[in-house]
Amino acid sequence: MSSHVPSRSATPAGAPVLELRALTRTHGSGIAEVHALRGIDLSVHAGELVAVMGPSGSGKSTLLTIAGGLDTATSGQVVIEGQDIAGLGRKGVAALRRRSVGYVFQDYNLIPALTAAENIALPRELDGVSVRKARKEARAALEEMKLLEIADRFPDEMSGGQQQRVAIARALVGDRRLVLADEPTGALDSETGEQVLALLRSRCDRGAAGVMVTHEPRYAAWADRVVFLRDGSVVDQTLTGHADAESLLAPEAAK
Amino acid sequence: MSIRHGLLALLERGPRYGSQLRTEFESRTGSTWPLNVGQVYTTLSRLERDGLVVQDDEDDQGHALYAITDDGRTELRNWFETPVDRSNPPRDELAIKLAMAVGAPGVDIRAVIQSQRRHTLKAMQDYTRLKAQSLSDVPANRGEVAWLLVLEQLIFQAEAEARWLDHCETRLVRLAEAAATEPEPEVRTTGRVASRIARPRSRR
Repeated sequence: MSSHVPSRSATPAGAPVLELRALTRTHGSGIAEVHALRGIDLSVHAGELVAVMGPSGSGKSTLLTIAGGLDTATSGQVVIEGQDIAGLGRKGVAALRRRSVGYVFQDYNLIPALTAAENIALPRELDGVSVRKARKEARAALEEMKLLEIADRFPDEMSGGQQQRVAIARALVGDRRLVLADEPTGALDSETGEQVLALLRSRCDRGAAGVMVTHEPRYAAWADRVVFLRDGSVVDQTLTGHADAESLLAPEAAK
Repeated sequence: MSIRHGLLALLERGPRYGSQLRTEFESRTGSTWPLNVGQVYTTLSRLERDGLVVQDDEDDQGHALYAITDDGRTELRNWFETPVDRSNPPRDELAIKLAMAVGAPGVDIRAVIQSQRRHTLKAMQDYTRLKAQSLSDVPANRGEVAWLLVLEQLIFQAEAEARWLDHCETRLVRLAEAAATEPEPEVRTTGRVASRIARPRSRR
């Protein structure tokens, strides 16, 4: 019987895949100044899935777009795989984003005119990998996720859950190790949302680093760490390290 | 939790002895509500007194076997057919705590909420980890499915609590904002909660 909690790396080793240092983001100035982020420090290591929760307006999405190089911080640093993206210039950031960062959006953002396999292959092709090789990688990724039967389907021929799983495959194709997901389960029913989370979880278990913004506690619970944001600051987080199942489920008996 | 009906349900599958009932009960529910053998035998003797089970023969190893009676089957069927009573909710410590924290001097209610939220999310993470493990154990047998249902019940319950905490926080923030802009809170606020929140402010 399941009386044992599988241990995940409680203290991740090595350099973080993503590191945010004293990140701030201010919109407007003077009296109209809005502080979207007020000094965020966050490290995410390989094998780790971090959920970011907080009320609307707390800065969750801003954090994610800056981490992915889609928006620029007012001050502070974004370091991806050891590289401070501030020093890279626009072209450099675009290249880093293509090579290292995968984005997953609430509305999947697959290209409608391309099949599942073509969608997954696209970022690799853009990065100069041969079409043949990119397609081969895409099919391998789909096979790994048991989605090979939809390889040749177009997005409008897939369910929402299938589209989102393809989007996750695309986010992590090639050598990319960082996936940033903004409400990835938003439009999905509870069962399908769970499948998407299970997939994200297993990709992180196999070495990816993930940051997911969500307002759903049940999905956040798939993460190793839950970070709580309020008014642009990290106010709290659940600690890594795991209770053993005996004390978890039978507190009385464990005493 | 009804140990009594749980045991009857297991006995409907055939005669069993005490420690066997305990093992099966725990495997179905993933040891979420552990039983000791003493509880099992106390319950069995009450069931016997009420004519819902009888002592059967002994098995090969000399264990005293219990069997369900026709009255026991009727009782069990009624249990399955009757919804669990929700009209008399059990006391909930968290609800009481938050109710007491509203307007309590020197209590930062947002901190109370956040500390509970962290704890609840952590519990959900632990339950979810067990669930993910259980889902990856194929093939699922009946005991495993039963355990999964119990685990998911714990997850859904914790989720409801987390959502309720979000709701409480939003409501309290709004009320505090409203109170801050009202010059005469006790005169102007009519809601019961609103006036309770406003009270410490008027004491300043």
